[in-house]
Amino acid sequence: MAQPEISFEPDDRYNAFLTVCNRAPHRTGSLAGTAVAVKDNISTKGIETTCASRILKGYVPPYDAHVVDLLKQSGAAIVGKTNMDEFGMGTTTENSAFGPTLNPADTGRVPGGSSGGSAAAVAAGMVRMALGTDTGGSIRCPAAFCGIVGLKPTYGRVSRFGLIAYANSLEQIGPMANNVSDVSLLMQVIAGHDRRDTTSYDRPYRHTPSADIRGLKIGIPQEYFGAGVDKKVAETVKRAIFRLEELGATSVPCSIPSMEYALAAYYVTCTSEASSNLARFDGVRYGPAADTKKSWHDAYREVRKTNFGTEVRRRIMLGTFALSSGYYGKYYAKAQVARENVKKDFARILADVDVIAGPTMPTTAFRLGEKSDPLSMYLADILTVPVNLAGIPAISVPCGRVEGMPVGLQIMGKHFGDERIIDVAYAYEQAVA
Amino acid sequence: MVTEKDVHHIAGLADIGISAGELDTFTAQFNAILDYFDVLDRVQGDGAEARDLINVMREDVVEPSLPQEEVLRNAAAQEDGFIKAPRVM
Amino acid sequence: MTDPQVIVGLEVHCQLNTESKLFCGCSTDYRNDGPNTHVCPVCLGLPGSMPVLNKKAIGYAMRVAKAISCEVLPESEFSRKNYFYPDLDKAYQITQYDKPLAQGGYLEIEGDEGGGKRVRITRIHVEEDPGRLVHMGNAERGKYSLVDYNRAGIPLIEIVSEPDMRSPKEARKFLNKLRATLEYLGVFDSEKEGSLRVDANISIVGSERVEVKNITSYKGVEKALTFEVTRQKNILRRGLAVDRETRHFLEARGITQSARSKEQEHDYRYFPEPDLRPLHVQSWVAGITLPELPDARRERFIAQYGCSLNHARTLTGELRLANFYENVVSPDPGGLANSAATWIADTLIGELNYRGMSLDTVHAKDFTALVRLITKGTITDKSGVEVLRVMLDQRMGGGAHETPAAIISRLNLAKTAGDDGALAAVISEVIKENSKAVEDYRNGKNGALNFLVGQAMKKTRGRSDPGELNRMIIRMLGDREA
Repeated sequence: MAQPEISFEPDDRYNAFLTVCNRAPHRTGSLAGTAVAVKDNISTKGIETTCASRILKGYVPPYDAHVVDLLKQSGAAIVGKTNMDEFGMGTTTENSAFGPTLNPADTGRVPGGSSGGSAAAVAAGMVRMALGTDTGGSIRCPAAFCGIVGLKPTYGRVSRFGLIAYANSLEQIGPMANNVSDVSLLMQVIAGHDRRDTTSYDRPYRHTPSADIRGLKIGIPQEYFGAGVDKKVAETVKRAIFRLEELGATSVPCSIPSMEYALAAYYVTCTSEASSNLARFDGVRYGPAADTKKSWHDAYREVRKTNFGTEVRRRIMLGTFALSSGYYGKYYAKAQVARENVKKDFARILADVDVIAGPTMPTTAFRLGEKSDPLSMYLADILTVPVNLAGIPAISVPCGRVEGMPVGLQIMGKHFGDERIIDVAYAYEQAVA
Repeated sequence: MVTEKDVHHIAGLADIGISAGELDTFTAQFNAILDYFDVLDRVQGDGAEARDLINVMREDVVEPSLPQEEVLRNAAAQEDGFIKAPRVM
Repeated sequence: MTDPQVIVGLEVHCQLNTESKLFCGCSTDYRNDGPNTHVCPVCLGLPGSMPVLNKKAIGYAMRVAKAISCEVLPESEFSRKNYFYPDLDKAYQITQYDKPLAQGGYLEIEGDEGGGKRVRITRIHVEEDPGRLVHMGNAERGKYSLVDYNRAGIPLIEIVSEPDMRSPKEARKFLNKLRATLEYLGVFDSEKEGSLRVDANISIVGSERVEVKNITSYKGVEKALTFEVTRQKNILRRGLAVDRETRHFLEARGITQSARSKEQEHDYRYFPEPDLRPLHVQSWVAGITLPELPDARRERFIAQYGCSLNHARTLTGELRLANFYENVVSPDPGGLANSAATWIADTLIGELNYRGMSLDTVHAKDFTALVRLITKGTITDKSGVEVLRVMLDQRMGGGAHETPAAIISRLNLAKTAGDDGALAAVISEVIKENSKAVEDYRNGKNGALNFLVGQAMKKTRGRSDPGELNRMIIRMLGDREA
């Protein structure tokens, strides 16, 4: 008997999708028939997977990522692959080789990145749920900018098998939806051990969100409300935290001194790993053809120059430099020490409080084309990257608007404390509904 | 402080082509970014100790391989089941 | 002769004998199958794939470490070695860099000057094999390469020695001892084509070191190093300096060639593999039981079977050979041990090498039968060789093969049993036809006697016993004092 299908004919005026499956088959299960979009760096068997890069145009994986297996088993209907910054490198989805995605809240603005396509698809109501990936904020940033909910799980709770790697030690696949309950439902499907991912833990997620946060202690780090954060965004988030206190929580001021170098440690680590992960794209086994009449190095260099975008080439070179002979100690090795300090800072604070709260992003969504300088773009990640360095979970939930644009409240938790931060987000969402 | 020559060398090391027009822009951007990275010089600490997920291994059991057509499907050029590649010269 | 001026170190890569590859479940039994048929997303390096470590490969490597007295480190990890080459599908090789599996240790070999010599081991680590390239085309039609990824991901153990060897011969002995040890441990099969690769470092004392890469045969190692010693000495003799460089060994021409123009200086940008977790396996060492190793087996052969030192060395030098010997003598060790040792070490090995045959094609039972027939005196030694050759040729051909007894019967090789009349007639003829030799013998040249025996053997087509002929000729010549 043929599988039931849903029909999917979206009005994609935001360029959220790179590939659309007009007929999406599905099985039975907890998500039976639910339209789910998958970010285009997650391998889908038989469906083109490009990471929004020309160097993977036409690549059709012969296997499904583990999370895609799980989605199918749960009955979800995979309706398309969403746009992103090329290989996950960016904060606005403007680095896609196939055009930027627009923010449904204001089409003159970016949706955030790198999971901008997934966020826009959810925000515009094209799909109920979507999978994104978060290396330094790439789920939480677009969730904040588009006004939806996005969760970066504890590192290792969701299998990375099939996720086209950008920075292996930092990234996680995570759920995005318009409300916390749907994020929780999707997390239940995708979390759990995978023997094909040696870094995955045996920690399935089986949780119904609870709005009871009486007695909750919330750490408020001074670095999240400092000079680099827009005043109106900071006020909006403070009001949200005040709302949580009205529900029975208590705020406790705290400090994360390692924030001073967290961003540098993040960019050294992710560019180093990326420089190695992206070296395999040579046009031989997949991708645009290498010219076999040229010599190997000439052909290889040409494929990469033509088909990698500028930001990708910049990060590959930065990473190559950071790992190179003579510089490894100064950059990569130091970044790992810095990272350990960030972990210790969070562990210290979370020994005394249950969760940590602050803004997800220092501003609301930028205008398209506004951020052209790479370093100023990197600095926008300052509030999201510490979480990836520490491996702890974090969720962004909409908490108001500034000049019409959504603001995200970020809740960060202990290792394997995903259930708790979902509860806090849920409590807030229910209180303001 | 990196020079255009350094950036050119790095591009060679990474086998990433950059055009002459891009060289000075990249160099300026690199210098700004690497200046920012200098904050790492002040970092003190012990680094990580491996605490969990130690000795994660699988048993020596054979599992099915991909059929040859699947292996070749995405390759731009093939000959008699081999994948064609430019020659190192 | 050991030249005190020559310094040699070796890096030996051996494929470990696991069922599946190092980081995925693809079968390692790829040699008889078409290209790219033993490949999966992991060993093909498809985007999104992740390695999972094969426990048996680590266990095998630890056996080797224990056998050659290396210390397994408390923590070891895998690293990425980054470089770009068509046969390296991830553009990095997963290997071990600053935290290898084991360090220290030694292997005992026979020094060139006699006596035992310890070659120290620097380190042992585990890594994956890249794919295989076939070079195609030519200058007119354009050159390109064809890649087969069946070999990508096969587990390798790399054993690095200190520069303790002092001649190409010592290098060969080290390699033979290492190979035998790995086979005895059950972790390596030397008959698999391409299962061993060696990089050698060689210098003349006081001069620069030259690296010779990718030698793929045992004989090749000694040849390559012998060539290098000569080449380097010639340079120094002319008053010039030896360049520090990497060279490739061209087996067909027996020479090494500079690789400088082909390869750039490599900066491998090693960093820890983020997809694999650290190993804490030092505590496993205590639980590893080692089988009998070559040295112990050699001593046992001497004690248990009365083998000479030389025979014992030869017979225990390869696992298959040692097992074969023991299988051959097991029905009657007392009666067979001596002859079997001689016949295997001094004859069978040579005949097999000549035919490029594996010992696996010979059945111990058949060989036992042959040795029995020889020791019983049913056939002469010379006929024994002939029967052996027929046996081997039949097995090489792959068709039906006969037992030794059947061959003897068919070719009528049974020794003519003491028919003194016929023999005496033959000897008379020989004496008559070879008067010069007879005279030489009478003048005290014993070599002439052997010559006469040989002539008699020829006439009887090897069917008579040389010892018997010897006695008869002496007697008959004695009867005929000139």
